[in-house]
Amino acid sequence: MNSYSGALAWLLSAANWSGPDGIPSRLGQHLGYSGLTLIIAIVIAIPVGLYVGHTGRGRSFVVPLTGALRALPTLGIVILLALWLGIGLTPPLIALVILAIPPLLAGAYAGLESVDPETVDAARSIGFTSWDVLWRVEMPLALPLIVGGIRSACLQVVATWTVAAYLPLGGLGRFLYDGLPIRDYAEMLGGSILVIVLALVLDGVFALAQRAATPRGVIAGRISDIRTTTQSPDRKDRPWLAPEA
Amino acid sequence: MNWLADNWQQVLDYGLAHVLLSIPPIVLGFVISLPLGWLANRYRLSRGVLLTAGGILYAVPSLPLFVLLPSLLGTKILSPINVEVALTLYALALMLRTTADALGSVSGDVKLSATAIGYGVWRRFAGVELPLAGPVLLAGLRVVSVSTVSLVTVGSVIGVNSLGFFFLDGYQRSFYTEVWVGIIGTVLIALVFDGLLVAAGRLLLPWTRASGERARRVSTRSRAVLR
Repeated sequence: MNSYSGALAWLLSAANWSGPDGIPSRLGQHLGYSGLTLIIAIVIAIPVGLYVGHTGRGRSFVVPLTGALRALPTLGIVILLALWLGIGLTPPLIALVILAIPPLLAGAYAGLESVDPETVDAARSIGFTSWDVLWRVEMPLALPLIVGGIRSACLQVVATWTVAAYLPLGGLGRFLYDGLPIRDYAEMLGGSILVIVLALVLDGVFALAQRAATPRGVIAGRISDIRTTTQSPDRKDRPWLAPEA
Repeated sequence: MNWLADNWQQVLDYGLAHVLLSIPPIVLGFVISLPLGWLANRYRLSRGVLLTAGGILYAVPSLPLFVLLPSLLGTKILSPINVEVALTLYALALMLRTTADALGSVSGDVKLSATAIGYGVWRRFAGVELPLAGPVLLAGLRVVSVSTVSLVTVGSVIGVNSLGFFFLDGYQRSFYTEVWVGIIGTVLIALVFDGLLVAAGRLLLPWTRASGERARRVSTRSRAVLR
């Protein structure tokens, strides 16, 4: 338990709670960078994901792309862009926006794809335009999965900004990198605990947002299905759709 | 290119280390997810507990977990065991939900039929449920494999060297080629692993070749839901 008392002492020490490299300022940097990354990535990825999910166009291009982006090592991309574009916030910001796009894109198009085609047909048949179908039918039903995509992206962004603190920009990851060469395990552990708590709190907030985003009609029917089923039932299995025998 | 020719041996060594660091977490994560995934489908309570624990585990960022583990395991901070345990936990957290979903999607009628012709619990699991869950398990395993190979590079930051070493060394020396070698090498290893998994799937699940499209659709959906 020695390492924990060290980390606790570090966390509670007044000296670490003030100044430009204190905990509040590092936390502020971390949240600021992460929030900025997430907003830019959402503005780019969600409209594309909605377009792909709504029209079905570009699916064969977007799906493999999201898989391929997943294979890229985050640290390598951050460092490559930092070498290429020089110092400052922009290079890692671009790298992190690129890395945050796959989960957002996947959430948006998988969300729209999860909407029962019969519901869409029903909306069209009572005169909804394509735009109405998207905004008033598909979007509300897809919202839990879209928020789920934002949740994944947020966690990834918070984790990657920790790693990206390797560049001299600040953020909570700085405590890990500053403690490493001087073998100050208390600082490293304290910093790690801060990042982990931050990630878990954000994950909890998004879990609640996901719940709040679920339409009430869906909760009444099948709340457990939203996160657990990966397949919709076969349409031809529905007896009332079968032709009269 | 000259740099690559001159340092070929070092690239190979770190590439091999990268492969060796990647395999145990993928294999262990998959193997451990099977009994836990089964358990998650067995009882309502165990499902909630296990899937919530998996979700929380997956939310923990990698680098802080590498630093946290020595205090929990009593290992040295630079020991590769920390990285291996952390990556196994991520693989397990990712795989658990997929395994639970895959086993849960096996039709109840099929399970009842197996029981009716005399299959015991274990034989039914190994001979009926596991093969039928195979395509979805494979899709999940491919995601785990890619993300593990990519996460191994973060270990370089705390001295557990892999191709990620070239990112840090390349940054210190402002040398693009080295960073590119690290990135391309990592992506190549991920592609080779993915190819091997697909080949293993063709061999072990020959009936899926015709319906591969369905498994892919399921995989993209479960990826979006994976948390």
